[in-house]
Amino acid sequence: MTLNIRKTAVWVEETLTEMGKSIDPPTRKAVAVAVIANPFADQYADDLTPLMDIGAELGAMLGDRCVAALGIAPEAAESYGKAAMVGENGELEHAAAILHPKLGAPLRKAVEKGAALVPSSKKMGGPGQDLDVPLGHKDAAYVRSHFDGVEVRMNDAPRRNEILVAVAVTDSGRPLPRVGGLEHADAEGKDGLR
Amino acid sequence: MPKVILRKTMTLVEEIRHEFGPPPDKQLQRCAAIAVIKNPYAGNYHADIEAFMEDLKPLGLKMAHKALAALGGDKAMVEGYGKGSIVGVDGELEHGALWHVPGGYAMRELLDNAASIVPSTKKVGVAGARLDVPITHINASYVRSHFDAMEVGLNDAPRADELVFVLVMTTSARIHARVGGLAAHDIVGKDGLR
Repeated sequence: MTLNIRKTAVWVEETLTEMGKSIDPPTRKAVAVAVIANPFADQYADDLTPLMDIGAELGAMLGDRCVAALGIAPEAAESYGKAAMVGENGELEHAAAILHPKLGAPLRKAVEKGAALVPSSKKMGGPGQDLDVPLGHKDAAYVRSHFDGVEVRMNDAPRRNEILVAVAVTDSGRPLPRVGGLEHADAEGKDGLR
Repeated sequence: MPKVILRKTMTLVEEIRHEFGPPPDKQLQRCAAIAVIKNPYAGNYHADIEAFMEDLKPLGLKMAHKALAALGGDKAMVEGYGKGSIVGVDGELEHGALWHVPGGYAMRELLDNAASIVPSTKKVGVAGARLDVPITHINASYVRSHFDAMEVGLNDAPRADELVFVLVMTTSARIHARVGGLAAHDIVGKDGLR
């Protein structure tokens, strides 16, 4: 059961002004998505190891693509997130198998370091459905300016026997952060929290 | 003359490897470059809007360059194109038509052999509205394998007083194109049609 990718997509969005205020430098988010065949569609399997291995491959591939799309050095990444949407012939646990055991390590390599938990979400869904990928600071989860999210959506995926897997990386926080809390400049980045 | 005030941009690159048929040697890439700007005419009827097309030309060129760069930068790779606009609800459909000259000019200026009319679509919509941007072959509109479309949209645009402008470039035919008609290798290439 190897990785069968039907399509991929990479989005980059940048915000240059908000509420009439100029954002300089602009905030930028990248999201990379792979639409893959679900090897366990329509069947129950106790052992989900093949999906975990697929997660490892996708963590590296999608993480690298986000960093490349932002045109930054890996260490310039500031926040990240991951999510998966499973087509209706699959099971929510398939998303968990892809996202949690093995996807994180190669993603952290792609963004250099990454001491913080990679925030995640998962759902069952179909073509045209929104998937909101949560974002958090990659080295210090409490950095409040970097709590965010980014929406992905593909009109033709995931089909019933597919899984849509998304990884997001940014080089910035929200456009106009002003709700206090720990700031990026003050983060130690040792314990993944502060 | 109103200024072009850019709030955000987005680029999206899709790579399609197969759609459940035999994967062809060449994968299809579709790229959309999107810009969200303030609609200088929102809220009122303005008789004279035509001059704004001239103001939009630099933005069009910038977006065309961005789309080409996202596809790898080689002009010769681009085989299909299209454009579109979404007008926020305080604007008028006619404001979307302002994209015809700067959008089409930009891609035809940049690409060699771009003889075809750039197919287009437009609508009035709210934030989150989706636009299906039509695509045809850049050199001969009748090439049947290259009739395609790409869905785009942004969750936070257009706001009521904004315009979303889109340029799309693609690198090949539909992934499993097989419904006959004029083939790309039979193009005469003189009139933009055949």
